[in-house]
Amino acid sequence: MAILLNHVNYIYDEDTAMAHPALIDVSLNIPDGQFIGLIGHTGSGKSTLIQHMNGLVKPTSGQVLFDGEDINEKGYDKKALRAKVGLVFQYPEHQLFETDCFKDVCFGPKNQGLPKKEAELRAYEALKQVGFDDEYFYQSPFDLSGGQKRRVAIAGVLAMRPQVLILDEPTAGLDPKGREDILGLISRLHKETGITIILVSHSMEDVADYVQRIIVMNSGRVQFDGEPRQVFAHYRELEEIGLAAPQVTYVMKELKEAGFDVDENATTLEEAKNEILRVFK
Amino acid sequence: MLRDITLGQYYRTESVIHKLDPRVKLVATFAFIVSLFLVKNFIGYVIAFLFLALCVKLSNVPPRFIFRGMKAIFFLLILTMVFNLFLTPGDPLVTVWKFKITKEGIRLAFMMGIRLVFLITGSSLMTLTTTPNNLTDGLESLLKPLKKVHVPVHEISMMMSIALRFIPILMEETDKIMKAQMARGADFESGSLMTRARSLVPLLVPLFISAFRRANDLAMAMESRCYRGGEGRTKMKPLIYQSHDYIAYIAILAYLVLIVVFGRILFV
Ligand SMILES: Nc1ncnc2c1ncn2[C@@H]1O[C@H](COP(=O)(O)OP(=O)(O)OP(=O)(O)O)[C@@H](O)[C@H]1O
Ligand SMILES: [Mg+2]
Repeated sequence: MAILLNHVNYIYDEDTAMAHPALIDVSLNIPDGQFIGLIGHTGSGKSTLIQHMNGLVKPTSGQVLFDGEDINEKGYDKKALRAKVGLVFQYPEHQLFETDCFKDVCFGPKNQGLPKKEAELRAYEALKQVGFDDEYFYQSPFDLSGGQKRRVAIAGVLAMRPQVLILDEPTAGLDPKGREDILGLISRLHKETGITIILVSHSMEDVADYVQRIIVMNSGRVQFDGEPRQVFAHYRELEEIGLAAPQVTYVMKELKEAGFDVDENATTLEEAKNEILRVFK
Repeated sequence: MLRDITLGQYYRTESVIHKLDPRVKLVATFAFIVSLFLVKNFIGYVIAFLFLALCVKLSNVPPRFIFRGMKAIFFLLILTMVFNLFLTPGDPLVTVWKFKITKEGIRLAFMMGIRLVFLITGSSLMTLTTTPNNLTDGLESLLKPLKKVHVPVHEISMMMSIALRFIPILMEETDKIMKAQMARGADFESGSLMTRARSLVPLLVPLFISAFRRANDLAMAMESRCYRGGEGRTKMKPLIYQSHDYIAYIAILAYLVLIVVFGRILFV
């Protein structure tokens, strides 16, 4: 089920004066079951990149392979692909349209050609998975709070039972509590279902605690790609491209410089806490 | 696919045409359209073509970009030509079943086709080289005399500039919504007419909601900056004619004279 990107280039508005490259020579391997954070500054090409993965955008050059098959080949079933590679866009307002939340979540499975019963079953399951309260099921999606809209949007894609779930900035515009809720939810989804998850964000803080791998984009290129601790080790370069390592990294660095014998590779709050407790015991 | 509609889009680049006062361009476009209906003979069309080609050349807009907009009206063009071809009375040349193709019909079909293409090219060139703001400023300034007869000129031009301003935004939004729904398996391109019409609901609902929200926000933003109509309102960048604008006016006049003399009076 792996997704493979092979020297992908993409140019917006090709053959006009506004032409400019959004992706430059991107090669990536997304194996099964990984939880990945895709980080980059505004305009670095994150959204463009993920739209290649479910065939919404066709690369200007290079290939995108799913299960070893080129998805842009003639005759490839893109509709089936989009059910397997679920993509939740940044703004839930772009996809919610039905009179009530439950119907809206049914939209995806119905498009897959499932019978009504089965579609509803999946919708119910998906809404439960995202922790959506029964009492809101038959409310208009437009009356919900930002965090709840986002849950419905995620459920709308989950209901298709994708093998890969891609979320474009699912925490944008939420307060800290709402952010933590959504991130916790995504992390739980990964643990429970074992599907591949790609979480797009421009904040390291958001992803550091959860993901197994971080891909850093900068002006259309993949700048770093590796485990969080490997990526955060480049914190100076990260700062140069408008990002920063999580605060924990800085605290540990400074403790080390101040002469305490802590492991500066601690990346999550939990690890850092344990390190510090260990040293001060 | 939505990007093919170039009518009403601005093409950013440097050129003499871009620099012209919007009033000049509006007058020129109007004069050009009128001239197309004055022309009676082949020479006239050649002159119109040369004038148009010169303007396109001077504008630095790639012709490819202009012709892309033509695709949108291709159907209209063919329809006009077919109607003219078959429904013009006169000398029958060929008779196919009940339809007669007449000499006059062929002539008229050609003329109409050429007129339509020139007309669209001319007006696209104007919108491609003038920012929407400039365009409505120019229009407002040209229509000012109508205020005397209580035509709400300022309001109309404000509405126009807002509408033009929102076209690209709404197009981009449409693109995003389409993608979001396609990611959930929506299909906008196949099926019968009925299913296709129904498949537009998931696109139109979010689009309308967003348009209303934007309109609301905009009204609020304008009000909170004390907008209260055109009365006593001044411009940050008032339109002032430069020397090249006068030269352009002379060129337009010269073109019109040429058209009238060669396209209408001589060689009838
Ligand atoms: N529809 C479009 N047409 C033209 N250019 C675009 C379009 N969408 C994005 N771009 C450009 O492509 C580049 C990459 O954009 P992209 O949306 O992929 O960035 P991003 O990393 O997702 O940014 P953000 O954090 O703001 O969402 C940007 O320079 C942007 O201006
Ligand atoms: Mg983005």
